[in-house]
Amino acid sequence: MTLITRRAALAGATGLLMAGCDRITTSPTVRKVLTLGEKATLSSQKLVTGRNALAQEFTRADLSPRFRVNGNRLPASADYAAHMTNGFADWELEVAGLVTRPLAMTLAQLKAAPQRTQITRHDCVEGWSAIGEWTGVPLGLLLRHAGVSAKAQYVVFHCADDFSGIPFYESIDMVEAFHPQTILAHTMNRQALSVGHGAPIRLRAERQLGYKQAKYVMKIEAVASLDGIYGGKGGYWEDHSGYQWNAGI
Amino acid sequence: MDATEPVEMLRDASSVAPGPLVYRTHLPVRIWHWINALSIFVMLMSGATIFNAHPRLYWGAYGANFDEPWLVIGRRGQEGFVNLLGLEIPTTGFLGFTENSIRAFPPLVTIPNYYSLAEGRQWHFFFAWVLVISAVLYLLYSILSKHLSRDLALQPHERKFGHLWHDLKQHARLRFPKGEAARAYNPLQKIAYLGVIFGLIPLVVLTGLTMSPMLNAAFPWLLDLFGGRQSARSIHFLCAGGFAAFTVIHLFMVVLAGPINELRSMVTGWYRLPAERMEDRP
Repeated sequence: MTLITRRAALAGATGLLMAGCDRITTSPTVRKVLTLGEKATLSSQKLVTGRNALAQEFTRADLSPRFRVNGNRLPASADYAAHMTNGFADWELEVAGLVTRPLAMTLAQLKAAPQRTQITRHDCVEGWSAIGEWTGVPLGLLLRHAGVSAKAQYVVFHCADDFSGIPFYESIDMVEAFHPQTILAHTMNRQALSVGHGAPIRLRAERQLGYKQAKYVMKIEAVASLDGIYGGKGGYWEDHSGYQWNAGI
Repeated sequence: MDATEPVEMLRDASSVAPGPLVYRTHLPVRIWHWINALSIFVMLMSGATIFNAHPRLYWGAYGANFDEPWLVIGRRGQEGFVNLLGLEIPTTGFLGFTENSIRAFPPLVTIPNYYSLAEGRQWHFFFAWVLVISAVLYLLYSILSKHLSRDLALQPHERKFGHLWHDLKQHARLRFPKGEAARAYNPLQKIAYLGVIFGLIPLVVLTGLTMSPMLNAAFPWLLDLFGGRQSARSIHFLCAGGFAAFTVIHLFMVVLAGPINELRSMVTGWYRLPAERMEDRP
């Protein structure tokens, strides 16, 4: 009988292989090289996609029978709880940063502004998709109204929810911010946006994956750079889970 | 295992009289082969990581947890299963649940070898570039150098059903061409390679692009072509299955045909023609 059984040899070889793989996947140099792919993807997507090229829109017959909730389902803050109790009646959306006229808009004011309704597909980074109907104010309209500066490169969305005390935020660039289908939605499938889906408003940036679609948006900030904002990578998932800032893929 | 028999047979045959060394594989083809081999491995394994994030496949434009999948790799407690079109197949220890994982694909076949969707995506999208750029360069070379028309395209006599049927029977008996006949690719081999180059690779790339929401805006016709994003995701996964099957058969064939000789030809370009079998000699 041999001391080294085939099973043990296989397990040993597997262990060695896995350790080798581990050294490659955790190497900082390798990770740096891999980000080149991310840059190439973002540049070429920008190159082939027109600024105003639209995401596919559907009809009501195409709606997902049930649109699953994802991410946080209920922000934990006391402030949010108070807003929820009185139906967001004195809630205000703050528009700040590189703007000449900072705004504070109530839900009623947002609903009284010009609206856009679109039936679009929500694609989670995990792979699933759901189709929903969204109504809201075009973000570009709000930014123009606030007199956004030409120096602004990104729009940051500060949200009411958090993960283990770390606030959720996201960001998009000015092309996506002024895209005609980028709206701050307060209505989903013809009903007031539910708490699970991000009440009172959530972002819909239809050419981006789900993690960009910030829920519970409290404040919008126009900035020249993402440096120094929270972790500096442009979003909660980007800072803490290594997701790419570009959610167009 | 019956596989020892043909190997013995080959060894006997080659001991009769070794054939001459011939220069068979040009440098650009060899370079592409190895870059592509690496890309395919990384794509399959990082793709397995991405699949693990939502191990369910659907047809149509949408599909999520409340919708009907056609394929699920899941687990119930400590039992892994694959559910294909409603038929449940137990896969404990392989898929869905193993000693060290509760994910659809175990860490042995994923990159990285722990669950990280973000890192899996980084690997996948980097090597997608490697795969596409090297495939385009290879294709250009193959057309310009006539590698495609001379070595890969089926010659007129090979396109006849009788010829293909004969080749198929020979393959089933694990009897491969010898001597001068082994200098060129055989018809089934050509069909397999052409299938990968003009079938699987374009299909996997296009279905991959169809999953990008940004590119959906740039090329909405891709969604129509594949019947929606979730259909594209399903086809992408089936293509991955095609690559995995090709790789397994390809490696099996290399082993049967003489791994040292085959490896040498893919590294140095020089291939030793297998000696002709006595009974095949005129």
